Amino acid sequence: MGDIQFEIDGQTVTAVPGMTVLEVARKHGIYIPTLCHHEKLEPFGGCRLCIVEVEDRGWTKYVVSCVFPAAGGIIVRTRSEKVDRLRKTILELLMAHAPDAPQLVELAKVYGADPNRYESDPSFCIHCGLCVRYCAEVARKNAIGFVDRGINKEISFVPEIAAQYCNDCKECFPLCPTSYLQAAYVLAQALSFSEQGVQTMNT
Amino acid sequence: MARLETPEALESFRQEILSRRDPDSPCVSICAGAGCVASGADEVIAAFEKEIEAKGLSATVSTKGTGCPGFCEQGPVVVIYPEEICYLQVQAKDVPEIVAQTIKNKQVVELLCFKDPATGKRAVKESDIPFYRSQQRTVLCNNIKIDSKRIEDYLALGGYAALAKALGQMTDLEVLEEVKKSNIRGRGGAGFPAGRKWEGSRNAKEPIKYVIVNADEGDPGAFMDRALLEGNPHSILEGLILGGYAVGAHEGYFYVRQEYPLAVKNIHLAIQQAEHYGLLGENILGSGFDFKVIVHQGAGAFVCGESTALMTSLEGKAGEPRPKYVRSNVKGLWERPSVLNNVETWANIPLIIDKGADWFTSVGTDSSKGTKIFSLVGKITNTGLVEVPMGMTLREIIYDIGGGIPNNKKFKAVQTGGPSGGCIPEHLLDLQVGFDELTKAGSMMGSGGMIVMDEDTCMVDVARYFIAFLTDESCGKCVPCREGLRQMHRILTNITKGKGKQGDIELLEELAETAVEASLCALGKSAPNPFLSTLKYFREEYEAHINDKKCPALACKELINFYIDPDRCTGCGTCRKQCPADAINGDKNLIHIIDQDKCTRCGTCFEVCPPKFSSVVKLSGDPVPDPVPEEERTIRKKIKEKG
Ligand SMILES: Cc1cc2nc3c(=O)[nH]c(=O)nc-3n(C[C@H](O)[C@H](O)[C@H](O)COP(=O)(O)O)c2cc1C
Ligand code: SF4
Ligand code: SF4
Ligand code: SF4
Ligand code: FES
Repeated sequence: MGDIQFEIDGQTVTAVPGMTVLEVARKHGIYIPTLCHHEKLEPFGGCRLCIVEVEDRGWTKYVVSCVFPAAGGIIVRTRSEKVDRLRKTILELLMAHAPDAPQLVELAKVYGADPNRYESDPSFCIHCGLCVRYCAEVARKNAIGFVDRGINKEISFVPEIAAQYCNDCKECFPLCPTSYLQAAYVLAQALSFSEQGVQTMNT
Repeated sequence: MARLETPEALESFRQEILSRRDPDSPCVSICAGAGCVASGADEVIAAFEKEIEAKGLSATVSTKGTGCPGFCEQGPVVVIYPEEICYLQVQAKDVPEIVAQTIKNKQVVELLCFKDPATGKRAVKESDIPFYRSQQRTVLCNNIKIDSKRIEDYLALGGYAALAKALGQMTDLEVLEEVKKSNIRGRGGAGFPAGRKWEGSRNAKEPIKYVIVNADEGDPGAFMDRALLEGNPHSILEGLILGGYAVGAHEGYFYVRQEYPLAVKNIHLAIQQAEHYGLLGENILGSGFDFKVIVHQGAGAFVCGESTALMTSLEGKAGEPRPKYVRSNVKGLWERPSVLNNVETWANIPLIIDKGADWFTSVGTDSSKGTKIFSLVGKITNTGLVEVPMGMTLREIIYDIGGGIPNNKKFKAVQTGGPSGGCIPEHLLDLQVGFDELTKAGSMMGSGGMIVMDEDTCMVDVARYFIAFLTDESCGKCVPCREGLRQMHRILTNITKGKGKQGDIELLEELAETAVEASLCALGKSAPNPFLSTLKYFREEYEAHINDKKCPALACKELINFYIDPDRCTGCGTCRKQCPADAINGDKNLIHIIDQDKCTRCGTCFEVCPPKFSSVVKLSGDPVPDPVPEEERTIRKKIKEKG
């Protein structure tokens, strides 16, 4: 039942109402890069890498495909000079934090991103929220969350919950594009919820 | 008095209130707004009450603490009715004289009236003061006539007549049509036509709908919404009920920032009073229309004013914007159609319904109708709230109402639209204020902040300052805003410190484009404005900082040097005594010298050198001349004169 028709990169595609442009593209084997998207999770729309150009009744706009609803008659371009430029800047901004993350290195080749364009500040987490959302939406434990806001925003384990569940789960670990999650877990464990940590806190 | 069951009952209640009031008996209105309270309004109110009691006038003279009329600079403001005599900067000690002279003898106390600094002439009435004369105050004007804790004051001025008219004589669709016809555009941000927003909600399928007041007012330095919330809460409430009626909502919300406790208190009280009289709640004025209002206190983050973040916060979650391409008026609070409007937008609605859309559209420009309240601050003689017809020029606002730039300084730019607005240069001073006009000039209306800047302001530093604010306020959810602003701030800071490099401007432009095009919400999308507008109009300042390591406005600390002009220095020693870094060498009758290595560029010497000497100069981009050789440092002329 494909009752919506539109165009992606010159190819006619079909969709059912409620689908996002990204879903439609994936269904038709058209590649759009993403960093914060995961099929099992609610769309987050944070990394903005999946941005595409949409022409709708003569108007050109830039939208992120992971949340933009498919609509009849639109023309989607997944690569244009401007889309590529925006993606390049986004990658360069992220590489200031995680210069060696494999996904970023791969994408940087495609978009000609220079990892040293911006002053580096290797803090590794790129705030994709995959770990946080996976734990909340799939594992349903809420053992990890974001704290603070803006440039001070960080992931943080909730010690009481993490101590109880994380060691046997670790399902979110492979989702992390930078491997920072694992490091953060080890650190958090050592500091706040290993047995030793608990003892230190009690004394 | 019991519930009012019909519009007619409201009208006769109003007549009753008016008949109890003798329009000729004196009433003393004292502004109890935040600005005036800070300069002593509470004591003035207490003094009036005491004095009137002591003189046995309590039966005939009334006193009231009111909302802010806008002229905070000259507060506490006192207006005495029926003559409308306006006294400024009134202190408690002035009260006995005012009571004796003005209230008992109908004599004006000249000294307390506004004095025109140019002509020395006194203005007795509020409407004679130049600050007020050029304004057109339709929304703000009632503030000074109302004790916001008394619904009777609002009713006496015709309050809730619009509601009675709507419920009694108009269908909900007619109310919507009237608002659409008025063409009113939102006063809080992007200027979206309110009627169209309402219509979208009304037509949405989902039957449960909401109307919401955005009383977050996150713009630093802006206080127009606060003045209305504290001064005339019923006007906003009435607007909200009308909105609920027009779109078919039965629930309304006030989202008020925590920092406005008085506003919260006044709204709660207004809701109670309106409920008491049957103007709110079930079967309003016997019309069958039910409407209830809930007050929610926001945590006070700037981003919480953004519509999706505000609604997320109302739902009890962290106030972060959500990625949505379906408008909130169709899918908003709890996924239901929700109309969110600014405080000032809601306060205009009763006026539109009462006086009609034609009255409203008779004021303004083609695309911006009605009046707009601005908060005029910065390097301007009269700071305060001003309400002007759309289409008035910036020059008229800044010079006629604002009284121009103090200290004989030159105007440089006016920043409009809040932290993510833009700077408008001198050659555009004749620009008419209106949504599209300001946007075309690279700025925006925003919620109505207006910061005037003089020649001493460095525009690169201004951009850095606003981007710093927005970097701090970014919610951090999306990359272009969180990371892009962080880097923009870094680069701008480097430029103001003389560490700018070739290519920085282009890099900033790229980051700006990415934030504008790719950010999730309007905070990130508009955040580059302060940079883009200053680059557009003051590019040469960026170039001077980068290429010549020079700050043309002589403001960037790292790029200036202080130097004592040997021909002017009298050796008075003032600067040496006050220099906190001990960087000044001198003695009696010796030309003073600044040790550039020790100098921290705090500017103390520049400020303290007596104006008649003005020996300290700022240099930027030019080499500091060598200090006067030791043997020439004695100030001979002076010694000769003395000897
Ligand atoms: C970061 C950000 C902060 C905002 N803050 C406010 C605010 O404090 N008050 C307000 O009325 N609108 C604010 N807005 C605009 C609102 O999102 C929204 O457009 C407005 O409340 C709609 O009402 P209006 O159409 O009556 O202007 C803000 C927007 C952004 C992006
Ligand atoms: S730790 Fe990894 S998965 Fe979690 S938000 Fe950061 S980058 Fe994403
Ligand atoms: S633009 Fe800024 S404030 Fe808006 S969602 Fe992105 S990070 Fe948050
Ligand atoms: S204050 Fe001025 S006049 Fe006095 S010693 Fe310093 S520079 Fe000279
Ligand atoms: S995948 Fe769309 S914003 Fe990240």
